[in-house]
Amino acid sequence: MSTVQQRRQQYRALFKQNVERRLLIDKIVRIIVFACVIMAIIPFGSILVEVFKNGAAAISIEFLTQIPGAAGTGEGGIGPAIQGTLIIIGLASLIGVPIGVLSGIFLSEYGDNPLARSVRFFNDVFMEFPSIVLGIFAFLVIVLVLGHFSVWAGAFALSLIMFPIVARTTEESLKMVPVSYREAGMALGLKKWIVTLRIVVSAAKSGMITGILLSISRIGGETAPLIMTILGSSQFFSNFDVPMDALPLRIWRLSLLPYDSAQLQGWGAALVLIIIILGINLAVRYFFMNKRRKYKLFGYAINGSR
Amino acid sequence: MTQRKIQSESKRKPLADKIFKIGATIAGVYVLAIIVLMVFQLFSESYPIWQESGFEFIVKTDWNAVEGRESFGVLPYIFGTLVTAALAMVIGVPLSIGIAMFVSDAPAKIGNPLGFVVELLAAVPSVIYGLWGLFVFRVYFRDWIEKPLNDAFGDSIWLFSGTPFGLDIITASVILAIMIIPTVSAVSREVMKAVPQQQKEAAYMLGATKWEMFKLAIFPYSKTGLIGASILGLGRAVGETMAVTMLIGNATGASAIPSSLFKPSQTMSSIIANEFVEASPASLHLPALIGVGLVLLLIAICINIVAHLLVTRMLKIKEGAINN
Repeated sequence: MSTVQQRRQQYRALFKQNVERRLLIDKIVRIIVFACVIMAIIPFGSILVEVFKNGAAAISIEFLTQIPGAAGTGEGGIGPAIQGTLIIIGLASLIGVPIGVLSGIFLSEYGDNPLARSVRFFNDVFMEFPSIVLGIFAFLVIVLVLGHFSVWAGAFALSLIMFPIVARTTEESLKMVPVSYREAGMALGLKKWIVTLRIVVSAAKSGMITGILLSISRIGGETAPLIMTILGSSQFFSNFDVPMDALPLRIWRLSLLPYDSAQLQGWGAALVLIIIILGINLAVRYFFMNKRRKYKLFGYAINGSR
Repeated sequence: MTQRKIQSESKRKPLADKIFKIGATIAGVYVLAIIVLMVFQLFSESYPIWQESGFEFIVKTDWNAVEGRESFGVLPYIFGTLVTAALAMVIGVPLSIGIAMFVSDAPAKIGNPLGFVVELLAAVPSVIYGLWGLFVFRVYFRDWIEKPLNDAFGDSIWLFSGTPFGLDIITASVILAIMIIPTVSAVSREVMKAVPQQQKEAAYMLGATKWEMFKLAIFPYSKTGLIGASILGLGRAVGETMAVTMLIGNATGASAIPSSLFKPSQTMSSIIANEFVEASPASLHLPALIGVGLVLLLIAICINIVAHLLVTRMLKIKEGAINN
């Protein structure tokens, strides 16, 4: 009799020990996982704090509108860089958005064949190409051919980063439009291109705008492909066949200078750039929040400038 | 009779539709054409260097652009790229999977904003990471981590030898790790969420703790996808340019071969960013840099193809699981 009770106690102790050990491991893992999250947030917080703290000291009307002064004097501003960034984003969108949207229509509306499957696959792979290689490509096909650095080369390079993102988000949002919409259009005797453009595209508009805006925020921060295409300049934009400045390029050049004043201007330019880019991201999040959730998978691809 | 007429009419597509379809197809095929043209252009423009050195271009370690003594080899930069990317993976992937575990498991109220913050981390431009790394992170990292390590182990362990200056392999790798965290954690989270609810419930029903549930249900199921996510991060790290250029110290030639964590090095993308504009098209310098670009592109294509095959396979399994 006593042996049974002894064993019972023995097993109870073992069981307790086992459960305690497992709960302890579980607790440790929870702490580790939480620490991971904290460790990812710290750099983000630090970047924001430093950029806003140091950048705010540099910002003034003059800084935002003037051309850069002589190196090391701390005079002048980043006017040409802001203007250049806006111009290059506009031009890249002019090239990239139509191609991206049409390509997305192809993938979604005519996308059930081997050709489209390979387009989809290589589109995803192309999205991850090193952006500096796209810059070299633009350099080879435009700068070398024309014989001078030009704004077009930069816009072409950025459009190459842009169009696969637009294509994929367009495809995803078109696919979410119910088939019955298309059938209703067809039943009215509309031609397919009218059904696609007037019914499907307008139903999927907000998703497509989200994709376009996010691709703009992505190219706005690109530096590498601009080095060998628009080169950088300290003058305001005059025409498309000469070098031009852009914010990321200006930040890079300023960071290479050994003066404290240049460093300060670098932070100022970084603040302007981060406000533009995070502003677009937050606006997209705010206005298209419900739709946005559906692109989570592509979140990794849509964001992130190199 | 009428039926046949209707059939033949409906088979005949209007001209506008045909044009539209052709236009869309051309836009779709554009990406394939660009890829082919890109590889071809990079190869043909770097042809002089292949002609000059042949395969030796890949295995040589010197880098000399002085006219008359030109000699170019990419090996140090291939090493530099792979070492920094690998270190970034070692630091970044466990952190990212931890974040993905937290976000995929947390209630929506905490998980969604947190996921958004991590996504914003991805939206920060590379050049700003570089600026922050150069003027903020480097200083703390050098004083608090590099110097103590160097003082303690500098003479005994080769890994920690050298002068801790802050512009070196380990600083660049840590910044790279921070930059790949959003990519890897976002894809990992999607992959973990793709695990069917029944699997998780079954694990809980057996009495599993949360960690055991991850071990029993989620990890085995999402293994392929997680590996794919990591490789996607690797692709990112390999192609990353600006932040690395600003932090790696920019050694050239044989001295760029990584020999210690605290020594400056050079990656393929950073040598291009540093020297491309100054290279003269007439000499071998420019073809050599384009050749570096070609090698970088081919490595990146291979990495990304593998990653996409793994991730899409994983997400296809998900579709199947839901249909059943």
